[in-house]
This record gives sequence, C-alpha cells and structure tokens, in this order.
Amino acid sequence: MRDASTISLTIDSRPTMVPQGTTLLDAARSLRIAIPTLCQVPSLPAQPGCRVCLVQVAQDGAVHLRTACSTPVTEGMEVLTEAEEAVNARTFVLEMLLADHPVDCLPEERGGRCELHALAKRHHLFSGSRFARQRAPFPIDDSHPLIRMDLNRCILCRRCVRACGEIQGHHVLGIAERGDRSVVIADDGKPLGESTCVSCGECVAYCPTGALAEKGPAWNEEVGAHQAITTICPYCGCGCQLDLHVKDGQVVTVGSNFDGPANRGSLCAKGRFGFQFIHSPDRLTMPLILEGSGFREATWEEALDLVAAGLREIAARHGADAIGVAASAKATNEENYLLQKLARAVLGTNNVDHCARLCHAPTGTALLSAFGSPAGTNSFADLEEAEALLVVGSNTTEQHPIAALPMKRLVARGVPLIVIDPRRIELARLATVHLAIRPGTDLAVLNGMAHVILEEGLWDRTFVQDRTEGFEAMQETARRYPPEVAASIAGIDPELLRRAARLYATRRPASIYYTMGVTQHTSGHQTVLALANLALLTGNLGKPGAGINPLRGQNNVQGACDMGALPDALPGYQSLDDPNVRERFESVWGRPVPKRPGLALTQILGRERQGAIRGLYLVGENALLAEPDMTETEAVLRSLDLLVVQDLFLTETARLAHVVLPAASFAEKDGTFTNTERRVQRIRKAVEPPGQAMADWQIVCALSRRLGTPMMYGHPGEIMAEIARLVPIYGGISYDRLESVSLQWPCPHRDHPGTPVLYANRFPRGRGRFHPVEWLPPDEVPDSDFPFVLTTGRTLFQYHTGTMSRRSDGLHLLEPEPYIEVNPIDADRLGAREGQKVAVVTRRGQIVAKTRVEAGTPPGVIFTTFHFSEAPANRLTNPALDPVALIPEFKVCAARLEPLNG
Amino acid sequence: MKEETVQQILSRYAHRRSALLPLLHLCQEEAGYVTPEAIGQLGERLGLSPTQVAEVATFYDMFRLKPGGRREIWVCHNLSCSLLGAEEVVRRLEERLGVKAGETTPDGAFTLRRFECLAACEIAPVIQVGPDYYGPVRPEDIDALLERLRNG
Ligand code: SF4
Ligand code: SF4
Ligand code: FES
Ligand code: FES
Repeated sequence: MRDASTISLTIDSRPTMVPQGTTLLDAARSLRIAIPTLCQVPSLPAQPGCRVCLVQVAQDGAVHLRTACSTPVTEGMEVLTEAEEAVNARTFVLEMLLADHPVDCLPEERGGRCELHALAKRHHLFSGSRFARQRAPFPIDDSHPLIRMDLNRCILCRRCVRACGEIQGHHVLGIAERGDRSVVIADDGKPLGESTCVSCGECVAYCPTGALAEKGPAWNEEVGAHQAITTICPYCGCGCQLDLHVKDGQVVTVGSNFDGPANRGSLCAKGRFGFQFIHSPDRLTMPLILEGSGFREATWEEALDLVAAGLREIAARHGADAIGVAASAKATNEENYLLQKLARAVLGTNNVDHCARLCHAPTGTALLSAFGSPAGTNSFADLEEAEALLVVGSNTTEQHPIAALPMKRLVARGVPLIVIDPRRIELARLATVHLAIRPGTDLAVLNGMAHVILEEGLWDRTFVQDRTEGFEAMQETARRYPPEVAASIAGIDPELLRRAARLYATRRPASIYYTMGVTQHTSGHQTVLALANLALLTGNLGKPGAGINPLRGQNNVQGACDMGALPDALPGYQSLDDPNVRERFESVWGRPVPKRPGLALTQILGRERQGAIRGLYLVGENALLAEPDMTETEAVLRSLDLLVVQDLFLTETARLAHVVLPAASFAEKDGTFTNTERRVQRIRKAVEPPGQAMADWQIVCALSRRLGTPMMYGHPGEIMAEIARLVPIYGGISYDRLESVSLQWPCPHRDHPGTPVLYANRFPRGRGRFHPVEWLPPDEVPDSDFPFVLTTGRTLFQYHTGTMSRRSDGLHLLEPEPYIEVNPIDADRLGAREGQKVAVVTRRGQIVAKTRVEAGTPPGVIFTTFHFSEAPANRLTNPALDPVALIPEFKVCAARLEPLNG
Repeated sequence: MKEETVQQILSRYAHRRSALLPLLHLCQEEAGYVTPEAIGQLGERLGLSPTQVAEVATFYDMFRLKPGGRREIWVCHNLSCSLLGAEEVVRRLEERLGVKAGETTPDGAFTLRRFECLAACEIAPVIQVGPDYYGPVRPEDIDALLERLRNG
C-alpha cells in the first residue's frame, strides 16, 4: 500500500519509499548511507551553507548537484551520493574550508572529535589546502572558566550560533562582519567570559572543529579513547540524558546525547560541567564511627553491626515508631523502594519520608484530591503545541533550564506567556503579562483569575459539565475575589490580572507550569488546588499542550514519591488503609505492613514532636542546611540516640552523626530515575565507587540482613521486577524495555507504550474535583522590626545545599559565593553598595553575605539562596507548616537588613 | 536618542525588531558612531540580544563601531572605480591627509575608508562623503575637495 504522500526514489541504486517532505539526507540515513554534513543541525531546519553534503541527482533527464540536507525528495529521483562529480565538488569545498583550519589538525594522529578532520580523511585530503589563507592568527580566548574559544579552527559553519540562539534561546553567539572578515562573536565582541554567556555548553556540543571546546585535554584525544556511557543527569527533575566519557576509570567529560527524550542533547551548565564532584578528594571512602569527639574509620562489618544493634535497641525500648528513615530524591527508584521497604517490612514503621516534603508535598496532596493522581499531566515535547503558557512561581530558566527551552521557543513563535512571580526573572522579561505579586499572594491572584473567567463567561461549559464536580462551591468562593480585591492583596494592577485571565482562558490549549514559589508556603496545598481549579475550569486537561505541570526540584523527586518514600502511602500511591493492597504487599514482602501513617520529615526534624523519634537513618540528604530553621534542626539532630547518615561527602549533617556510611554516586551504579514528566529512565554505572563506598541499594540490603529480614537482590533490575509486580503504574516497566526506550507512567503492562498525556478520557478519581480555596496571608509578615520579606531559592550554577555542585570546580568558578539580592531603592536607602557585606536577620537567626543590587527584585523583598553553608539561608527561614502537606514556608518570612562595614 | 523620534520610527513597523536599521542610523548620527551602550539599549528596546544588534551593525559598512573623524571619506575601490584610477585617488588622499586608509587624521577632522561598490559606477571613480557623491574624481581634484569639506 502506498498513498500520495509517499515518494519513491533510488539512492545509490537502492530503491526506497519515504514520506513526502523528507530530505535527501534523511532518506539516505534511513538506508544507512552516510552523506557528509557540516553545517547541518539535526533538530533544526536546514540552512545550507557549507555545501559539504552535495550529491548527484538525476531526474527527468537532467543531472544536478544538490545539497542533501535541504533538498526534499521528489518522485523518481535517482541519487548517487558517491558520483565522481559530487565527490570532486565536495573535496573542493572541503579544501576551501581547510584553508580556515590549522594544518596541525590534519596529521593522522591528531584530531579527536574534529568532524572536518574526519571528512578530510574520507576525501583523501592529507596535505591540507592549496588555498593558504593570509590572515593574522586570532588570539585564543581563554576568558571563560570552562570553555576555550580558538577561532583559528573556526570554519564559520554557524552551528554554535544556531545552538546558542535557536536551541537554547540565549543568542549570545553570532557572526559579525561579512565576507572573508566574518567572525564568531559573543555579545558585541566581548571575551566569552565577560559576555552574557550562561555556560550551557550547547555551542561546545555542536561545534564540529573544536573552535569552541571545553577546557582540558579531552578534545584532542584519539577518537575511541573514551568510552561513552549513557545515563541521566543528577542535577534536577528535567531528566536530561547525557553521556559520561570515561577514560582510565575516570569521568573526563560530559557529552550531549541527542537521543535523550526530555532534552534532545541540550544540557545546562550543571549537567555539562558539574561532574567533577564524582572524583572529588572529599568523597567518603570508608564507614566512619563517632568516637569521643571525632570520627574514626571502620569496616563495613563493624559499622553496620553498630547501626543494626542501635536500631534494634531503640525498637526494643521505645517501639518501632521511634525509628525514622529519610529516603532521598537523589537516589534511584530501586533504592527508594528498598528504603521504604526497610522501614515498613523490616523495621515495622511508616516513618519514612524524603525531601519532596520540602519542595512538592503540596503537589502530591492537592493533585491527588483534584484528580486522583499526584503528578504532572503533560510532557515537555507537547508543550510546543500550547497556545498560551502560564508560569507561576518558577524561575524556570535558572532552576529547570531545559524545561525552559520549549517555553522560550513558544515565546519566539509569538505564543503569549503569563508569568506570576515577585521577581523580574528572565521569563518575566519575555512575558506578555508579568504579574509582579507580593510574595505569598499567589492564591488570591489565581482566585481573581477564576473570577474573571467566570464573570466573562470564558470557561469551558462542556468540560465542566461532563468531567468535573464541585463547581458551585468553587464559584461561590471565586466570587469573593473580584480583580480589584485580588490585585490589591497582591499589589498589582487589576487590568493586568484581567489580561492574564483572558489570555489563559481564551487561547487553547493552555499549559500551566509551576514550582516552589507556589508550594513552599503555609498555603501551598491550597494554591496548587487553585491552579487545578483554573485548568478544570478551562478544560485544559487531557490533551497535548495543556495540563498542569509541576517542575520537580531534584533528579528523582517524582520517583521517590512514586516508590512510596512517604509516611502515608505505599508504593504507587496505594492506600495504607486498603486491606487488599496491604495483603498484596504482605504476601510479596512476607512481613506485616504497619497500618498507622508515619511522621513527615518536617515533623521528624521539627521541635514540636522532638523526642518521638530516637533513631534516624538519613540517606542522601543534607538536612541541616535544607530544613527550615537550622538552629531547631540542629537541636533535634543532636538529641537523637542514633543518627546514621549515608552520603557521598561528610556533609554538615553527617558531622552530627554517630555513624557515617559512604555511598556511591549516580555515576557508580545502575538504576532508574523518574523525571518530572513521569518518564522512567535508566542510569548506568560508568566508573567504580571510590574506596569502599557502595550503592545505597547494596547498603540497605546489607543492613537488612543484620536486622534479621534479609532483602536479597543481585542487580537493581531485580528490584524493578518486584516494583512492577506491586505498583500498577509501573507494571509494564522492566530493564530490558528501558534499554531502548524511556516509559512514562502509567504503564500498566508490558505491551503498554506509556502515557505522555494524563486524563485524556477520565480522571483516576472519576470526575475532576474543584475546591473552594481561600487566601490566607503568610504565617509571618513584615512589621516594623522586620520590615522586609525574605524569599529563598536557587541559582543556575549551584544545586541544593551545594554538596555536589560546590565540589565541581567549573560550577564553583561560575558562582563561588553566597549573596543577598536587594532592590536598588532599598540598597540606596540602607546605604548598601554592590559587594558590601550585609547581615540578614530574622526572628530565628542571622547570616552575612555580599550585597547584589538587583533591579529585578522588587522593593521590600530580599532574596538569597540556600546553597552555601557559610551563609545558610535556612538559619533564617520560618518552620511554619502547611497544615495538609506539612511543607515549610521557605518562600516568605520577615527579615531585617543591616549593612556592615567592609 | 530623542524618545519622540524613536517612537515615530517604531510606529512605522509591525515588528519592533524591524526598526533596527533606522535606529542604528539614529544612534550613529547622535554619537558619531554606534556605541557599545547603544547596542545594549537598542537590544533591550527591540527584544534582541546585544549579539543580534552587533551582527547587523557590523554587517553594513555604513555603520561605525568606533569613534572616528567628524567626516568620513569613502573611496570606492571596486571594479569600475579601480579600472578608472581609484588607487591613485586613495594614494593622493593618504598623502594629503597624512594617514592610511582606515585611519583618522590627528585633528579628528577626517576618517579615510576604502569602500566596496558605492553603486555609482557611471561616475567612477567615486568618493562619497555623508550623503554626497563626487565623481569622476581625479587625483588633481583632491585638494579642492578637501578644501570644500573643511569649510563646508
Ligand atoms: S555556552 Fe551556551 S550560552 Fe554560552 S555561548 Fe555557548 S551556547 Fe551560548
Ligand atoms: S565556532 Fe565551531 S560551530 Fe561555531 S561557526 Fe566556528 S566551526 Fe562552526
Ligand atoms: S550540510 Fe548541507 S549545506 Fe552544510
Ligand atoms: S565600482 Fe565604484 S561605484 Fe561601483
């Protein structure tokens, strides 16, 4: 069967049929015929410039040379890729390009990844070019800490320009001048290190000649000298696939992997340059036991015996519920599964939780009650189909740079972008409407938008009627938030609020993205419900380009939740109360499953319940810096009878432990991570762990043996098989399938292709539920003693409490020290200059860091990050909790600013 | 830049970025050349990165990115003009001004530049100064021309 949209042609005398619109290049690739290319960028439309892809095309009696990258196939073409004339033309083109390229790149023994070199070889050009070029050599630009720019190698293919602009949306690189004076520039010709470059390294990944390359020796090494291991980036929930290049047992560089379903080869500075922590000399290599006032090294036998004995004793004296297990959003699915199994089946308690409590707990609680499933609904890829985009409380370009790429492409296409965020972040600058609200007023604004949508009749009646419930109660509440009221709470212009509501409601499909600006509040749960209300009201669910999408902070927050590292749910969000569910788990685990829900991490480490937990097994979490109110956290940690910390480094938290266990990093083990799109992807072991460090799953197994209920697995794949048996949404996931694809849950059986878009036909709870939600002010508001609102977050170049990113030289160079962002007006008033030290004081403590005067931060607000232990933001933050989700209010507390001398 | 003029230029185009060329001309008129600050400001206004502005500003020879003389003398050295003696014209100018092509006289009065085809081949060899064309120019006309430019 063939239809009109299929074209038949022959390539090198082999007949083939391809869809209309296919290029000659792709048609040839499908026959595994490799036509040379240089300027072509696979994911972008061809801009044929280099002419290296010339092939001979005969059609209707005429014979031409055509550029394969840009010529669409037509019926009856006869293509000869190696016709003498084509090869000659290509050779000539290559010879001219070589005039712009150093001859020392040509001899056989050098070249590494240089594509021009490889093509020259293929065309038998061993002695360089006849067209020697007269030009003064360019000085090498070494100004960037991570990237070297050597324009003597540049052949002006423009791949870097397109990567930086069209793929990453930064537009830092360009071509200045024209003709033979053309030259690649950064900004208006600045050294790269002084330009607006954000160090994503996309240009490095695309440059064929090494004119733009990462610093260090890797570029020039022999092809094949490195082994490339495909795995997943450990730095955020985007789930970017990347290649670790390994030589002599060391990761030497990170390469793009263009097959990555979430990122298609793109990475940010952390993913590309943040790998040195793997081989940091600070890595823990032996178990440590506290003795007197210091640690001593110990064998695994001794350390694990001690841990097991300590846990047993606590259980015997105080009961199993005096033990807590903190799993980790940095660890794999398999490891989180085992950790909750350890808590439930081995220790006999539901006191298991992890750091999602601090980022997306409200996402879980709220989306579960609105839809019946606690996850983001759509995928990055289908965002391209959105006609409007609403981003709330998310500095996406810094926190989830790869999720920001499709957003920026939408904006470039003219799709309206609405940003709700107190700060004038990069996305706000691109936005059609930016609502610069007072911190902590999101809920009022979202209710105001619902009001406008209702009042102006912009809602989707059919969807509301057919697929939702609870409309009246929600409508009732929304009525109390006319734009004037909502806008005055938020300190914005009511007209802007109206415009935002209209844009969101009238352009369909419209997508919502949000992060911690929404969740990290005492009203986090309610605010997520307000977002769900908007999506339900406008029917923006169950189709591509729509939905409500939380961006997950850490690499495996989604997975750790999915695996039941939660005090109130079994793996797969299955109910602790359901006898059938419990029975299934008990039959596979061979042990009773405790029924009473456990304590959340913030309760375990909060003052209120201090003493309830006597022993804590804390995996991969620097709780001291990550939890709110550090002074309180420290007091609780110090009061424990037994604190076991399992980590890569002797973190600030580990220093307080009785026993420290050395864990393997993501590069040293197999497993799976689940990204923010619910995409389950394989991570793969690339190098050996240092010293005696072991993967978390191996440590948990070893510990369980000593606790008398051995868990035995030979490989994480076996753990996944058990997960698939017990967790219906992971039912069809297995390592053999994951070898070739990634799967988005729900994936209930082996033949199921996964689910990129949720709720196409129904919600797991049946109908989608509206919730009436009322705005309440934050727990702590500014007053005369503490007149500022302090809000906290992350920066592009650092991650979490800095344990990994600060041990990666490259990232450290890019953002080496803590800072406090202050609006110019406030800075002026207080007499704080750029770079001057200031103290930030709250009711809980103070920190000191340098001032960064930043017009994007509104007056009355100060901002700092929580990456730096020398100025730990969480000494300041308020531990007040959302009553439902138990997340602390990291985003708002009252503070005072005191400029210091020097 | 006078806000009024900017607004008036912007109003002529459906897309902000289309106003880049006239605004570059405006900047050059006001400051004598396109300053790095102007590149940044134009970018902000038009939703372009500094790179994108610089790409355009450097592509066209009519824009100057460095300060130069009060007036620019452009001598065409493309085919028609070369055949009819442009090189002698350049040589004479260099001699009289005491600078090489591409340089500015010490008193800041003139910058001498070689140019590609000025699209006036019918009066080759051609010199352009600001909006004015002179041609055909012979080396012996140079003194009078410079005199006129100094006084004009
Ligand atoms: S590192 Fe990224 S931002 Fe910097 S020049 Fe390259 S592509 Fe552009
Ligand atoms: S720097 Fe590399 S990618 Fe950019 S134009 Fe030159 S050769 Fe091409
Ligand atoms: S690859 Fe086709 S023209 Fe460059
Ligand atoms: S060649 Fe000089 S004006 Fe055309």
